[in-house]
Amino acid sequence: MTDPHPVTATRTPVQFDTDELVINMGPQHPSTHGVLRLILRLDGERVVDADVVIGYLHRGIEKLSESRDWTQIVLLTDRMDYVAAATNNLGYCETVEKLMGLEVPRRAQYIRTVLAELQRLASHLVWLGTHAMDIGAVTVFLYCLRERELVLDLFEEYCGARLTYNSRRVGGLPADLPVGWDRKVREFCDIVDQKIVDYEQLLTQNRIWLERTRDIGVISGADAIAMGFCGPPLRASGVMRDVRKDEPYAAYEEFAFDIPVGAAGDTYDRYLVRLEEFKQSTRIIRQALDGMPEGPVMGKVPRLIKPPAGETYHAIESPKGEIGFFIASDGKSLSPYRFRVRPPSFCNLQVLPKLVRGHLVADVVALIGTIDIVLGEVDR
Amino acid sequence: MEPAEPPVPPSALPKPAPKPPAPKAEAKAPPAPPGPPDQAPPDDLARPDYLAPLEQACPGGVSQVSYWVGDWTLIVPRDRLVEVATWLRDTPESRFDFCSDLTAVDWPPRAERFDLVYCLYSVPHRRRVRLKVRLKDGEAAPSVTGIWPAANWFEREVFDMFGIRFDGHPDLRRILMPDDWQGHPQRKDYPLEGPGELLLEDPLEWLKLRNAAREAEFE
Repeated sequence: MTDPHPVTATRTPVQFDTDELVINMGPQHPSTHGVLRLILRLDGERVVDADVVIGYLHRGIEKLSESRDWTQIVLLTDRMDYVAAATNNLGYCETVEKLMGLEVPRRAQYIRTVLAELQRLASHLVWLGTHAMDIGAVTVFLYCLRERELVLDLFEEYCGARLTYNSRRVGGLPADLPVGWDRKVREFCDIVDQKIVDYEQLLTQNRIWLERTRDIGVISGADAIAMGFCGPPLRASGVMRDVRKDEPYAAYEEFAFDIPVGAAGDTYDRYLVRLEEFKQSTRIIRQALDGMPEGPVMGKVPRLIKPPAGETYHAIESPKGEIGFFIASDGKSLSPYRFRVRPPSFCNLQVLPKLVRGHLVADVVALIGTIDIVLGEVDR
Repeated sequence: MEPAEPPVPPSALPKPAPKPPAPKAEAKAPPAPPGPPDQAPPDDLARPDYLAPLEQACPGGVSQVSYWVGDWTLIVPRDRLVEVATWLRDTPESRFDFCSDLTAVDWPPRAERFDLVYCLYSVPHRRRVRLKVRLKDGEAAPSVTGIWPAANWFEREVFDMFGIRFDGHPDLRRILMPDDWQGHPQRKDYPLEGPGELLLEDPLEWLKLRNAAREAEFE
């Protein structure tokens, strides 16, 4: 084969380095959503392999819980996934209730469901905003945070806090709904339903968005199950798996809603699945508000929470995926003998090296965004 | 100001003479051995349908079956774990294809002090089961990363937090703690405030040393 650009005597041949290049990304990097560190091995612009380094935000919540009593741990669960604190509270309280065999009043179950779905909306809004901004659509970020502010206002009115809610108790809820709160929630649902149309107009058919997300980070359904993917990323690979449907908790059994499932398992499908979840969440909230039963919000709970000796695992669907709690009680002390969280972000992050292999460096940023991690939960 | 005399640690105070054991104490039953109760399933409860074929396919693979608040737990000997796990994943009637969680519990005075707990989920059948393996200190467990690749980081975390080694793990490193960390924080004999025997033996000396280190750092 002849060289189309033969090196002439006047041009000195340039020797390019063809070795693999190892670069460090993070932990201080705006697109790593916290303190994630990646060590990337590059061949030119392509990623050959990635090593994920985590633990920068490790606060030892599991160890700490072994010396806190059962009600104090609700506060600690707030600090794991701080974008969806109310969901963590729910998962923990339900696990303790399962261990103690407590009955939760129906009204409390309904309110818990409403709060969990509001939290899902808030978490997905943060995800959509940051994910789009990582790829370059800054407008969406501003819009999403504007709508998230409304959810935070609703939570502030309900429990007084805007980020770490401490909004559940073992056996029920700390407070009943404020007067007129359900009207505000309905208004908010109407606003979200309108704004989803705006986001879709900005992104779904946007050519740059399509180029950056289609066929990026493809994973098949079988691989996704084997690798422990959970939540919307798993459903985007075509696996019908949602804890709300498969193992119903709170009041989800009583509401009609659909589980969106993708087909291609790429970044674009993960985006579509989450966008559809917005609509399903507002649907659940409206049904729950319509059928809200009357009654107490706190069940009959012993004054001293002390579950009998035994172990259990209970999982719920957080916005990121399946969040599970494995709790062992020795029946004697006032704190759990072992408190273990199955963090969905941790399990989803494990798949990242597989997703980024063969893609460009710029896609790494898109792929970190698409699996929707919160480092507070990864490191605990 | 004159430094006040350090208070005597409670352990240094002369202990009151031990009381003679009351005659009632001898009649008492010996204290329950440490460890989870692993309650046996009630007799009138139907056992899950995969259990009989499993016991047929791997005789001796399940040493005990336990049921508590709706969760089934199979206690598996360490050397049969991979066989049982592969069967549970591949057989159509069980199909536990999703490794939901893998963790450990430390029950110190017990001879087999660690419980390794595998929380499995079946996507087609929508049900759960837990496997439990008991380990002595220093004993390695077989890795299940070949069966469920999801177990990779879970096993690294168990190694990091409990110091349990996994035979056949592709990349057994610390994951949450720094690489040069000493000790394994989730063990029950590891103090909450950090490592070091001095803290346990002589808290006042430990406090003095820590304050001196902080002052040196400040200057």
